Amino acid sequence: MFPIVHKRRLSRSVYEMGVQAPAIARKAKAGQFFILRTDEEGERIPLTFSDWDPESGVISFIFMRVGKTTHQLSHLETGDALADVTGPLGIPTHVDGLGRVAVVGGGVGAAVAYPVARAMQEAGSDVTVVLGARNADLLILEEEFRSLGVDLIVVTDDGSAGRKALVTEPLRELCETGAIDSAMAIGPTIMMRFCAETAAEHGVPCVVSLNPIMVDGTGMCGSCRVTVGGETRFACVDGPDFDGHEVDFEELMSRQRVYTDEERLADAEYTEECSCRLE
Amino acid sequence: MPAGVSEGGDATSGGDTPRRKPSRAPRTPMPEQSPVERRGNFDEVTLGYSPEEAVAEAERCLQCKNPTCIEGCPVNIDIKSFLARVIDGDFHGGVEVIKVKNVLPSVCGRVCPQEDQCEVVCVLAKKYEPVAIGRVERFLGDFDLACDIEARCHPEVGEPTGRSAAIVGSGPAGLACAQELARLGHSVAMLEGLHAPGGVLVYGIPEFRLPKDIVQAEIDALIEMGVELRTNVVVGKTVTLDELMGEEGFGTVFIGSGAGLPVFLGIPGENLNGVYSANEFLTRNNLMKAYLFPEYDTPIWRGRKIAVVGGGNVAMDSARTALRLGAEEVFLVYRRSEEEMPARAEEVEHAREEGVEFKMLCSPAEVTGRDGWVTGLVATRMELGEPDDSGRRSPVCVMGSDFEIACDTVIMAVGTRANPLISDAAPGLELTDRGYIVTGDDGSTSLPGVYAGGDIVTGAATVIEAMGAGKRAATAMDAWLQRPR
Repeated sequence: MFPIVHKRRLSRSVYEMGVQAPAIARKAKAGQFFILRTDEEGERIPLTFSDWDPESGVISFIFMRVGKTTHQLSHLETGDALADVTGPLGIPTHVDGLGRVAVVGGGVGAAVAYPVARAMQEAGSDVTVVLGARNADLLILEEEFRSLGVDLIVVTDDGSAGRKALVTEPLRELCETGAIDSAMAIGPTIMMRFCAETAAEHGVPCVVSLNPIMVDGTGMCGSCRVTVGGETRFACVDGPDFDGHEVDFEELMSRQRVYTDEERLADAEYTEECSCRLE
Repeated sequence: MPAGVSEGGDATSGGDTPRRKPSRAPRTPMPEQSPVERRGNFDEVTLGYSPEEAVAEAERCLQCKNPTCIEGCPVNIDIKSFLARVIDGDFHGGVEVIKVKNVLPSVCGRVCPQEDQCEVVCVLAKKYEPVAIGRVERFLGDFDLACDIEARCHPEVGEPTGRSAAIVGSGPAGLACAQELARLGHSVAMLEGLHAPGGVLVYGIPEFRLPKDIVQAEIDALIEMGVELRTNVVVGKTVTLDELMGEEGFGTVFIGSGAGLPVFLGIPGENLNGVYSANEFLTRNNLMKAYLFPEYDTPIWRGRKIAVVGGGNVAMDSARTALRLGAEEVFLVYRRSEEEMPARAEEVEHAREEGVEFKMLCSPAEVTGRDGWVTGLVATRMELGEPDDSGRRSPVCVMGSDFEIACDTVIMAVGTRANPLISDAAPGLELTDRGYIVTGDDGSTSLPGVYAGGDIVTGAATVIEAMGAGKRAATAMDAWLQRPR
């Protein structure tokens, strides 16, 4: 079992959690992910590290309550434990020698963008972070980014925090003014797609961190296959980072919807189970 | 030709003893669920022998002076002796004989291709039906597992040697290697990447062919012997080979990580929703228990019309699993003819009885779809041409013969290739050009103290071959650990 050592609510449906997993904390690198299972009946779900500490052996991650497993996670507290945590998986984000780079973090993608921006900065790159969310409530880690000392551009869809804009607007400006050599986008698939398209229009390379459905996370099942440059790749072992200009986003978004009905059913049953327990 | 080959041959007391007669009788049938009943559940298909049936079948054995069956077994189990014990009603003794060579009789009795190994060379097979060695082996394995844990046949564990071994992977190769090293008194840690041990026995082979509580009982027995199990450890990621041999202090490492990555055909439409690799389909179902969704959280797409591509045991397992998930029609699409299918005859027969429809000499050309979901599989008819390198007649396209099978799910069961997770993190490890680990006969790799066996060395093969490799490596690892230094 993997004990939960801290938990914090960042917004209405977004939480941060820390879990004791020393072997993983020793090895984790920016951009890598892990797989967790809450209990014996649980699904294996991949989540990306928001932070890790080799000293204390704690890995941290941020999740939004969207389905049964994240709903269950949101009900767990410090002192509870997860049945399984496996990792670190995937290839770390390439952070060396990037020069002037923009890191776009949208929604909970900001959680992944944080260690990535930090690692790029530590590797000597000149980092601009575009931090976006639908509204001020869903905006996370603003202070943490600010304390990194990177150039920070905050945007929200409704203007309730920072600039009223989509993340692609500041990204376009950075590309147009020649302020960046490359970009990395982490967030909802649709956002990464538009970021990649925006960068492509200006000939700026754009890496994206993909989050397809996975089972084992070690290459064994092929559930996470994505088409990149016309070839089938496995996000779990070949990624999760890929050249955003080459990814077939249409296919990825379609594949992410395979179990929509089942996910809804499982969450509805769980919600009912919870309300029964309360009564 | 060995003595005892002639008819009636070398039965213990020669002449017209009563024992000659049962030999000529057909094999004792093993009870099984009816096809109609079993395609509606995930319970085991075959039900195993009763003690009386096991004895009756063992009595068919001629007890040849030169038993050819033993050579037919990849791990050379003393088949003649365990059958003799069963004839005498000494089931404990029978288990003991098997366990000298094979720690997983309940597993191997079920999944070994005996018809190509011990049974094909049974002397009786020349004129009559061979002894059902696998069924008796299974009976003995199950007999042992049904005993109280103290009464079970435990291999004796030697005096602690103070040396240690890490076993990477807890499938058949790893289990056999771990058991052997533990028996020799070494301290053994078995590292498993998934959350549950057993490898292909758990994620790959379905419940209806190999109940998971049997696998668990066999693993429990290993733990009872002192083997330490560490799940959620992905070697190459969580820890590297170097670290295992270095700071983790293991004296030797065995890699039995299995075959790994699923192969796709590279035809259009393979990434449509509703296309699964057999690995994914079976893993969701077997390891994650998606057939019990929503009691278990992992979902699986339950199609109505399913096309399974391939002709091996994994294809049969996928097709039969699809039926049990409620499919109305399941087609098995294979590009050669039934004769060339690598699946076991028994599995093919079971699949057919349950209603799987065989479409032989059909090569998939495209998966068709609408709105991102599968609507059909286009296949080209084939005819058999000249034999290829494998000796099988190779299929040749019949021009203009494309046709479409209407279906909402396609399962690709066309093999696996080597997973580079471990080797990528171990630069000195010599690989074949296809990524499999190069070893000597004793399982030794290019890295000192590191051994390997099973599918990661040979490519996809059988459970018993992997176990044999694990065991052989254990002997070499023992010598390595005991070497003068």
